[in-house]
Amino acid sequence: MHKKKMAIASIALAAATVLVLGACSTGATNASGAGISTNNPQTIILITHDSFALSKGILEKFTKDTGITVEVQAAGDAGAVVNKLILTKDSPLGDVVFGIDNTFASRAVDEGILENYTSPALVGAEDKFLLPAGAGREQLTPVTSGDVCVNVDHQWFTKAGIPEPVTLDDLLKPAYKNLFVTPSPNSSSPGLAFLLATIAAKGEAVNGVGGWQQYWSDLTANGVKLTAGWNDAYYVDFSGPSSKGDRPLVLSYASSPPYEVPAGGTVAPTGVMLDTCFGSTEYAGVIAGTKHADAAHKLIDFLLSLPVQNDIPESMYVFPVNPDATLPETWAKFAEVAPKPYVVDPAEINKNRERWLSEWAAIAIP
Amino acid sequence: MAPSDESTTKSARTTPSARIRRSPGTIIAMVLGVGVPSAFLAVFFLLPVLGMLSRGFIVQDGIDFGGFVEIFSRPRILRLVGLTIGQAALAALICTVVGLPIAHVLYRLNFRGRALLRMLVVVPFVLPTVVVGVAFRTLLSVSGPLGALHLDGTFTAIMLALVFFNVAVVVRTVGNTWEGLDVKQEDAARVLGASPARVWATVTFPRLLPSVLAAASVVFLFCATAFGVVLVLGGVQFGTIETEIYLLTTQFLDLRAASVLSITQLVIVVGVLLLANRVGRAGSVAKAGTTIAERRVAAAQSRRKPRRADAPAMAVTLVTVALLALPILTLIERSLRTTVGGAASTAARPATGLAAASTASTASPGIDIGGINYSFANYLNLAGTGQRNALVVPVWTALGNSLTIAVQATAIALIIGVLASLVISRRPRNRFARRALDIFDGALMLPLGISAVTVGFGFLITLNQPPLDLRSSPVLIPIAQALVALPLVVRTILPVLRGVDSRMRESASVLGAPPWRVLRDVDLSIAARPVLAAAGLAFAVALGEFGATTFLSRLDHPTLPVVIYRLIGVPGGENFGMALAASVVLAAVTVAAMAVVERLRVGSVGAF
Repeated sequence: MHKKKMAIASIALAAATVLVLGACSTGATNASGAGISTNNPQTIILITHDSFALSKGILEKFTKDTGITVEVQAAGDAGAVVNKLILTKDSPLGDVVFGIDNTFASRAVDEGILENYTSPALVGAEDKFLLPAGAGREQLTPVTSGDVCVNVDHQWFTKAGIPEPVTLDDLLKPAYKNLFVTPSPNSSSPGLAFLLATIAAKGEAVNGVGGWQQYWSDLTANGVKLTAGWNDAYYVDFSGPSSKGDRPLVLSYASSPPYEVPAGGTVAPTGVMLDTCFGSTEYAGVIAGTKHADAAHKLIDFLLSLPVQNDIPESMYVFPVNPDATLPETWAKFAEVAPKPYVVDPAEINKNRERWLSEWAAIAIP
Repeated sequence: MAPSDESTTKSARTTPSARIRRSPGTIIAMVLGVGVPSAFLAVFFLLPVLGMLSRGFIVQDGIDFGGFVEIFSRPRILRLVGLTIGQAALAALICTVVGLPIAHVLYRLNFRGRALLRMLVVVPFVLPTVVVGVAFRTLLSVSGPLGALHLDGTFTAIMLALVFFNVAVVVRTVGNTWEGLDVKQEDAARVLGASPARVWATVTFPRLLPSVLAAASVVFLFCATAFGVVLVLGGVQFGTIETEIYLLTTQFLDLRAASVLSITQLVIVVGVLLLANRVGRAGSVAKAGTTIAERRVAAAQSRRKPRRADAPAMAVTLVTVALLALPILTLIERSLRTTVGGAASTAARPATGLAAASTASTASPGIDIGGINYSFANYLNLAGTGQRNALVVPVWTALGNSLTIAVQATAIALIIGVLASLVISRRPRNRFARRALDIFDGALMLPLGISAVTVGFGFLITLNQPPLDLRSSPVLIPIAQALVALPLVVRTILPVLRGVDSRMRESASVLGAPPWRVLRDVDLSIAARPVLAAAGLAFAVALGEFGATTFLSRLDHPTLPVVIYRLIGVPGGENFGMALAASVVLAAVTVAAMAVVERLRVGSVGAF
């Protein structure tokens, strides 16, 4: 009885080997079949970051209108997306990329992974999001905009009877010692955005004195807490309603407060320190070497159209760039936009990123 | 294969393997056993890794190794290398010291609730690191239940988490060997007057040593490449080679430095494997497994009621299980809290009276305990796509994807692992063949020690041309998971096969059994139980795998850990609640899978 079982088992083992190997090779044919060379009806591949999302039916509408099917492939965070595209320049991963932000735009442009395309769907109002001419304006089309700002727990400060901090300098005051938590710039993109905000605000140290370096050593002395990721800072350390941490100041997004308003609530329990914001814009572009340039152009135009732009706040937690887009009710009521967020020239970011981060590490995590 | 073997075989039976080796069927089997796993590793591991390394070292005018000097002169890198080794070694040591008594209690003693405890120990192993990180930090943060210990962001916290994740590896690997040990030797020693400590040190431990070393080296490799845990729990002060490679590759695109670190990782891994192998070889004089009948008798005999002498081991087990359960219970407790909109757990804080009132008025009917409303709301939400459509597919769909992929990964890992183990367990007389097998053995462990980032990026730049244009093929996900599970499979099966007395194969051959029957009736029947155990572990690893999967997963076809990561990465109390509920579901599915494996194991004892 058991011998029979064992015989069957050994045969099964051999058969399974063949099957699995077979499955691998079938997978290969399928994959190349779904690749770049299919024609009519067209399929194009959109390479994007992990946070990409659109409501059901939106990309389907694009397919219905144009006959083009979009296959979405997430490739990590913005940095990973750009680096993957650079590494695979000789055999492109897809046709369109979305999610390159202003901190990585310069590298993407310099490495030549993008083709020139200026969408006719762009309107004058979006000018403020455009990259400088000759440094990305020709290749990258702005799609979303989201400020990264220090969020403040209103209820905590009301209860403690302390006035809320307003500026970056306030964060250095003894009254706010041990109250601020931020994700670290070397492991989190919002964390990097905050470092860039301080660099934009304070400039470089002169002869080793002042500048953002001095700001960070003061901030460290005032008990700033660093976490690895945004979720950790927001959900564990922040005292806001979604968590039960003990720090009422957290580095997050300008769009976070609407999500803390309870259903039917009229007052936002948290808010944004508008003087601490770094302006972050996400771009789309045509990947160099695509065989579907026309379809790629249509997809980029579509990303700027109202169906997508209206959906962006609810799906990706950032603001649309199209001024005609309608914001959700809670956003219109509770989300604030910084009038003058800090910005750093993308080319400067690309040139200095590694130096800034290592100098930062030496100051904040000696 | 040398001509001299023939005469030896004919004249004397001192070389049992000689006869087996000569049969053409056996040669085919050997070729298959070496060839299939080698080809698998070559294509899906070596090729991508070498592809990445060449990007780092090959410059316009040749190969440039100058990076080593420059990169090792950075103090930060030296500190990270030291930290990586120290952290992994300490964690492996703690897991072994804690795991041994637990293996004794869970695999040698007979008491109610044993099966449940066995499963509980494995749960941490499959929880996604992100979730465990949050569970640990919730426990340890200043305002948490264990806040008074001030462990948040310390090295101790990282150590606790590494042990939490990996103690199961020691318990299961050693437990499976221990269960089949013949107790007669211990009894004899005891009758002859040896103290329990002496029996342990001279009779039991030497026979366990190969599996102990196997488990410890796997734990070391897991910890040396730990990524998420170190990041989340250590804050940013602590890092490992792995976190640095991630940073260098995905953020700075400094492939030269990343390649130097990958090579460093490789050297450390190979060094540890060689060391474990050498010590293990020296210690494995005493044979473990015997015939199936004997093993079954041994397993039956070894299971006895706990005695007073077992009290310390029982105590260690209870304390450890309690510590393992603590983060899991925290997770369950938080997953049951009712969240309405973004106002999660507001009721817990009297300061927010307004929000608390609105929570209570709109909450689905639940129970209030200590001012907190509990309900299954988060679990009901799993059928949807989250607050404001955080997800592309409902969580249950992701669970389906996870199960399918994990089954495929388990199948691949088992086929490759069993074939490889059968071959490696042979000890050919030829010195070169033996050396070759050792290298083969080590190569199978390498995927554990190499950064998922390097392999993931390597896939992109090497598997991009027909016939291997697999970059965006879904088949890569189970393959990547199988790569991670493979070393566990081999380490679970191999010690048992190595323990097979070669005289058994010899007698079978002498009695006229053809080689395939020797393989079937001796090796495979002895290995059947460890194979099932390995299947359980492989399935669990595949189910919880995140690092490699996240590189390959499709947005519209995500696995459960990927979905959990996504949910925890977006604001909104409902999404956070769903992430916790989904983690509990993941843990529950794992426990259920392990329960099925345990069932099968019991059944298989009866079938023999």
